[in-house]
Amino acid sequence: MKEKKQLRVDPIKNGTVIDHITAGKALQVADILNLQQTDNLMLIGVHLSSKKMGKKDIVKIENRNLTADEVNGIALISPNATLTIIEDYRVVKKQKITLPEAIKGHIICPNPNCVTNVEQVETRFIIANGTPVEVQCAYCEKKYGIEDVKFRF
Amino acid sequence: MNQPVNSPQMKHLVSMRDVTKEDMLSLIDLASRIEAGQIKPDLSGKLGALLFFEPSTRTYFSFDTAIKRLGGNTLAMTGSGSTSVKKGESLADTLMTVRQYADFIVMRHKIEGAARFASEILDIPVINAGDGTNQHPTQAMLDLYSIHKTQGTLENLTVAMIGDLRLGRTVHSLAQALSDFNPKFYFASPRHLQMPKYIKDELKNKGVDFEEVEDIKPIIPHLDIMYVTRIQKERFAVLEDYEKVKDAYIITPEVLENVKENFRLMHPLPRVNEITVEVDKMPYAYYFRQARNGVVMRQAIIAKLLNLDVN
Repeated sequence: MKEKKQLRVDPIKNGTVIDHITAGKALQVADILNLQQTDNLMLIGVHLSSKKMGKKDIVKIENRNLTADEVNGIALISPNATLTIIEDYRVVKKQKITLPEAIKGHIICPNPNCVTNVEQVETRFIIANGTPVEVQCAYCEKKYGIEDVKFRF
Repeated sequence: MNQPVNSPQMKHLVSMRDVTKEDMLSLIDLASRIEAGQIKPDLSGKLGALLFFEPSTRTYFSFDTAIKRLGGNTLAMTGSGSTSVKKGESLADTLMTVRQYADFIVMRHKIEGAARFASEILDIPVINAGDGTNQHPTQAMLDLYSIHKTQGTLENLTVAMIGDLRLGRTVHSLAQALSDFNPKFYFASPRHLQMPKYIKDELKNKGVDFEEVEDIKPIIPHLDIMYVTRIQKERFAVLEDYEKVKDAYIITPEVLENVKENFRLMHPLPRVNEITVEVDKMPYAYYFRQARNGVVMRQAIIAKLLNLDVN
């Protein structure tokens, strides 16, 4: 008898599904979507089994599309994630995330001696490498692994 | 007839990362023509603000001389002690105020990225005279000028860098700048003060031939340029560690016995004991000339950024 495919995370009626998130990164993705302040229903699955990835995370958020900024942020912490737009429980659009060349704001420069931590200036990072993602501050020119920087969304 | 110095694209000099190979060569050409007296860029009636939030006598004098030689005037601030900066004024406000008086700004600041920030908020040229441990592009340019002047080219040279290669900003910029000219590098330093990985990675990516050596004796006869830097006492948390490495590489006349005729010894200064004074008399000693070249190169940089008339 064929085993029935069962969703481990409930479906949403309308909204966005962020799938194939690098395992363990779901909470960071939720942070980017402003988990603390949002009223939207959000479902988070962590360490789900995946054929392609072994393990993956998933985040579903109801009644909301993502901004370009949010998509860029997700690309940084999980470059292989995918976006699916859901309307009335049906997939209406699928989208693979691509890394931007640069990202304005959102990354906090870890260098305490960087001008972005002293003056009122929006940070700007240049995305240096593919995997693992490396970012370079456009101001102090220091390079960091993406694991070593903090985000502010 | 007056001719403007070409290069509409270069507005500021913030980082060597923004300077193309063509820019480097055109600045070197401009500096040699200024030095030879073939051209005389005219800065009269213009005011350069020297904002040295962090003191640096040598660089300050060099810029001050360069501006005055071009016929311009300076407005100076050294140290933040007695200024509104101390009263809590933001860097942005200080810069915006000075902008109301000056035609261009030369700034040194201990905060990294300060000059980039200035270049983004000001509509007049900004020259970075050092931002923390990050960039010091006019030093890199004067080093390139000195190398070009003594070797007749920047291409295919064998260059040794010796001393503190980990924290020495000048050797980082110079290695990056020369990497466009097919060099062969030797890096010699105490183990804890080796060239940082990110610089070595950049060189590898560009296919630059470099070698890290401990003993400098075997490489001496192959060198065109030896660039020595000071091992800075203030960078060591434990004085004992400094004592262990401070005399690792001392250049004496004996060390330089087998050098090539075109060999030149460079140093960004100040030196402590890493080059003995006996070396000063040798024809290879170039460090004081290097400082003098700094003035000419800074004249060229100002002329280019301000698109000065040349007569």
